[in-house]
Amino acid sequence: MDLDYFKLIDRVVDLNLDEKRITVEAQVPAAHTIFEGHFPGFPTMPGVLLTEAMAQSSGWLLLGLLKFERMPFLAIVKEAKMRGFVSPGSLLTIEAKLEHEGSGFAVTKAKGRVGKELKCSAEITFGLTPFPDPTMRVHMDAMANKIGFPLQAITND
Amino acid sequence: MSSTFDQIANIIAETCDIPRDTIKPESHAIDDLGIDSLDFLDIAFAIDKAFGIKMPLEKWTQEVNDGKATTEQYFVLQNLADRIDELVAAKNAAPGA
Repeated sequence: MDLDYFKLIDRVVDLNLDEKRITVEAQVPAAHTIFEGHFPGFPTMPGVLLTEAMAQSSGWLLLGLLKFERMPFLAIVKEAKMRGFVSPGSLLTIEAKLEHEGSGFAVTKAKGRVGKELKCSAEITFGLTPFPDPTMRVHMDAMANKIGFPLQAITND
Repeated sequence: MSSTFDQIANIIAETCDIPRDTIKPESHAIDDLGIDSLDFLDIAFAIDKAFGIKMPLEKWTQEVNDGKATTEQYFVLQNLADRIDELVAAKNAAPGA
């Protein structure tokens, strides 16, 4: 998890395009300036970052389902629930599942766990648009490689 | 069973916090009710789910942008209800439906 660059997902553990779901891992840093302010004596991951991590997990799922032909942009967050504190150094496992693919938008449901304990969940809607800039597409390919996104899964069907 | 118009009016009222009694068959979703594109995503999701369809919003938008259709054809609520009825009928007529 690279908080400074807002790259919150470290690796794809499983991508199942038939079941339209993904599981990813995100290692919360043991130390970061964010934890100095949030909160002194009780460092904990901000809920907005947990929500963003669920959105990024969903985004990777959608990129797979869309074969990287369109980019999902965060549009609506519903039912975002912070169910428990996430401490520095925790390994967050996030599962996202496609709830609905509409025309130009998609809705996912995501859940984040530390171990078996459910820490956060949300229903997230994305607008789906062509990549606005080729540089972004190249960047997403590089990111996909970095996090072990199984690109063969979207080319072998 | 409530009409298609009633169902979408209820969805709009709930999704956009618009008083139900102000939503009429002749209301234009954008011009009269002030629904923006983000709220319409939410409405489209609810309608898709309620009717088991996929409203072709991108196709409709393209038709409007190309001058091949007017916004009234898709966004006046009675017309929207008619389009939804057509989509449901097409789905039910499809092989394996």
